[in-house]
Amino acid sequence: MKRRNMVLVVFAMVSLLVLSGTQGVFAAPTIKIGVAGAFTGDLASYGLPTVNAAKLVVKDINDKGGINGQKVELIIEDDQCKPELATNAAAKLVSAKVVAVIGHICSGATKAALGIYKDSKLVTISPSATNPPLTQSGEYPNFFRTIAPDDAQAKLAANFLTKTLKLKKIAVLHDKGDYGKGFAELVKQYAEENGVTVALFEGINPGAPDYSAVVNKIGNAKVDGVVWGGYHPEASKLVQQMKDKGMNIPFLSDDGVKDNTFIEVAGKYAEGVYATGPTDTSTNPLAIKAITDHKKEFGAEPGAFFLNAYAAAQALLNAIAKAGSTDYNKIVAALQSEYVDTPLGHISFDKRGDIIGFGFSVFQVQNGKYVELK
Amino acid sequence: MEYFLKLFLSGTAKGSIYALIALGYTMVYGIVQLINFAHGEIYMIGGFTALIFGGFFFSKGMPVGLVLLFSVLLSIMYAAAFGFTVEKIAYRPLRGKPRLSALISAIGVSMVLQNFVLLSQTEKFLAFPSYLPEFKWLQPYKEYINSTQLIILGVTAVIMVLLTLLIKFTRIGKAMRATAQDMHMAQLVGVDINQVISVTFIIGSALAAIGGVLICSYMGQINYYIGFIAGIKAFVAAVLGGIGSIPGAVLGSFVLGWTESLGTGYISSDYEDAFAFIILIVILLIKPDGILGRTQRQKV
Repeated sequence: MKRRNMVLVVFAMVSLLVLSGTQGVFAAPTIKIGVAGAFTGDLASYGLPTVNAAKLVVKDINDKGGINGQKVELIIEDDQCKPELATNAAAKLVSAKVVAVIGHICSGATKAALGIYKDSKLVTISPSATNPPLTQSGEYPNFFRTIAPDDAQAKLAANFLTKTLKLKKIAVLHDKGDYGKGFAELVKQYAEENGVTVALFEGINPGAPDYSAVVNKIGNAKVDGVVWGGYHPEASKLVQQMKDKGMNIPFLSDDGVKDNTFIEVAGKYAEGVYATGPTDTSTNPLAIKAITDHKKEFGAEPGAFFLNAYAAAQALLNAIAKAGSTDYNKIVAALQSEYVDTPLGHISFDKRGDIIGFGFSVFQVQNGKYVELK
Repeated sequence: MEYFLKLFLSGTAKGSIYALIALGYTMVYGIVQLINFAHGEIYMIGGFTALIFGGFFFSKGMPVGLVLLFSVLLSIMYAAAFGFTVEKIAYRPLRGKPRLSALISAIGVSMVLQNFVLLSQTEKFLAFPSYLPEFKWLQPYKEYINSTQLIILGVTAVIMVLLTLLIKFTRIGKAMRATAQDMHMAQLVGVDINQVISVTFIIGSALAAIGGVLICSYMGQINYYIGFIAGIKAFVAAVLGGIGSIPGAVLGSFVLGWTESLGTGYISSDYEDAFAFIILIVILLIKPDGILGRTQRQKV
């Protein structure tokens, strides 16, 4: 009797486990998606919104019956943004037989983990790793991201100067700071690659009361446009002193100037100024829905990279659905060919894995407001 | 040649901006031998006062000319009150003590005033509306100089002349010179040095306020930190020209403005500050008391 009882108990326990694990013994096996990033530690605030976003997207999909009849299951691994923990997390996800990974959060950790995913043929899609070589080196064909790389802003600015404004000769000024000078140097590089002459490349002292000497120098160089890498206080003095001297050439700047304070301070002089900045998603109905869902589910405003992660999860699940399988090559092909509507907009990915349809946009001050140029 | 002229004029305009602040610096130094580091902050407070009152009067529909007049007058009064109070609180108790004490006290006042404005007003950059007139006849020459620059230049010249006249030919000017020569001796012959020093600070601060209004109108913006940067450059200009000398401060400012402007125009704006300090070192090596500074013989 004892032996028979034991067998019954074991049988009951096993069936309980199976039941609780997959909601029914008869359901198809789940599609396992890994989520990896900093979920504890001091950078957890960058990573946790990604988990929430993935949970919301998966809940939506599962409520609609899953992908091709299969439910989606998330497997979450923490890396604290540390490369050595990221490789551990990656190894765990690989042995858990996930079909793709959303993550990681930090560029360094992402790079460390990517080699493991590449060897295991796992698509990896990061909402926040902006380090340019991750895609541009071509080393990681399995890597995608829903955020623009660090140099995208300068590239966009250079392309706008040469292709839209058709400038031939420009002056590039910066404030000698990391951000401003970094932007200015990249614009110079890309503009020269596009065949534009950079007649003037100089740093000026931030905070100085007067820039008329350098403005005279711009006039003397006979350029047809000025690029400013830096922040708005100097930008407003520069545009003011340029226009006072009758120079009405295009003035293009960066995210540091795409700030309403610039328009308030520079007033009428701000009219017509171009600035690059992250594409505006605040009016996208999907973004509004995602944020409302987050508030309903978690009772708080979403955090950093939430919309990027939401889009990453949507793009990935959409690609799996369109591919009709969890085969690596088919998912990659689907990510690169299929467009999907996300809170970031109508997006897809290029051959290197960078996002198409979201990133930086060029804005222009028109009637005292920044207007996004399409 | 045309380019040189443009750079020269922009250097002149820049020099007159420095001179507006340097005049007050040098006057205070000439009389009490104190480098008043809070001078830049008084200039900034002058600008803020004009911004606040100007906005108030303008919103009441006052004509632009009167807005300018009243806001400048109020900002002069306000800045003068600040200068007077700062001297009473932070410098007078230290008179006769080692000079370093008063200098440190001045740096302290500068920080206090900066943070006072930061906390009581804003940390943001604000737009500074220009109530200054625009000269139509200057339009053809706008590439060379604009109305505001011309006004700053004119005001600087007028202030320099008035200050020189005040010090040379008036009763208070005589008392100032006496105090500058020898404080104790002046006291012995009946000069009220407390009053003289207070008047010096009031005039110096009033000049800073005028500078604040004009320079902020030119820049079109104001922030609690502008006084610090402007103060440093004006200090260099005052030392260059010979600190304590009124024409010296103006000349030193122009030399600084020209150096920076031509250096930017012909070499690179990356090294603007380097040019300014190289010229300072060169001049101090040749003339240790500055261009127009009188050599102070050690009294035995």
